[in-house]
Amino acid sequence: MRFAVIVFPGTWSDYDCHYVLTSILGQEADLVWHRQTDLAGYDCVVLPGGFSYGDYLRPGAIARFSPVMEAVVKHAQAGRPVIGICNGFQILCEAGLLPGALLRNEHLQYRCQWVHLRVEVCHNPFTVACSPGQVLRMPISHGEGRYYADPETLDSLKREGRIVFRYCDPKGEVTRQANPNGSLENIAGIVNREGNVLGMMPHPERACEALLGGEDGLFIWRSLLRWAGSC
Amino acid sequence: MARFRAHVYITLKPTVNDPQGLTIQGALKQLGYEGVKSVRAGKYFVLELEALSSQEAEKSVEEMCRRLLANPVIEEFRFRIEGS
Repeated sequence: MRFAVIVFPGTWSDYDCHYVLTSILGQEADLVWHRQTDLAGYDCVVLPGGFSYGDYLRPGAIARFSPVMEAVVKHAQAGRPVIGICNGFQILCEAGLLPGALLRNEHLQYRCQWVHLRVEVCHNPFTVACSPGQVLRMPISHGEGRYYADPETLDSLKREGRIVFRYCDPKGEVTRQANPNGSLENIAGIVNREGNVLGMMPHPERACEALLGGEDGLFIWRSLLRWAGSC
Repeated sequence: MARFRAHVYITLKPTVNDPQGLTIQGALKQLGYEGVKSVRAGKYFVLELEALSSQEAEKSVEEMCRRLLANPVIEEFRFRIEGS
């Protein structure tokens, strides 16, 4: 599988994503500067975490107008997978590829910690290698990850099975204590209506080696590989 | 072309929780300002721009607010324009 890892000024998780995709999973991946306007030939686009444009104005608000974003929209409209992690999730919401927005954490703190996620649905390219209800452990690292959507949008996300991950405790219980940022209904990740665009605040690329504290992030990348293999 | 100055104010929609505003409100209360019933934090921009008329400046700033300065999912905006 061939991955495009998009690099904006201020992106910081690009090398982590590239390392996991190439060195651990043996896939092809290129770091693609945000000025590029063509993503033909790539199977999957990764919008990594970081602080594109210094988070100025709002996280993702300026990156979403970068030249590469037109190609990202085209890639998504063609039904090919796009995964936005952390700042990438924020960019996807600002670009209107995903509904809702990510607000300042409720407690106003930047949180860098391991969390547990309950996998809610598995019929998409990002969790097909998981089982429903499975608990994954991976880190978060953000100050603005409180997912918000208006009540109608939230209803449709639920009805259409588009909430992919919820923050939970180690047993898989979705509790207030397990919610690290005040996200609406503990939402940690959602997909678009077609299911090919995922946004998630936690960092699967930072949980792919036991040496670094966990390997659960591999479930996400392996799902993409399995999905591509079955298409 | 005439020069104009636009003052743009962005705030979270009333339905969106504003923990920063609540924290500031708590601090004001602690200082003894019991009368403060609500604080909403926001952003303020001052734009210097050239336009043919104040109507055109207004139209242009409104569009800037919708496209970039505010996120309509969570924020509201208002602005006023001064001729210079």
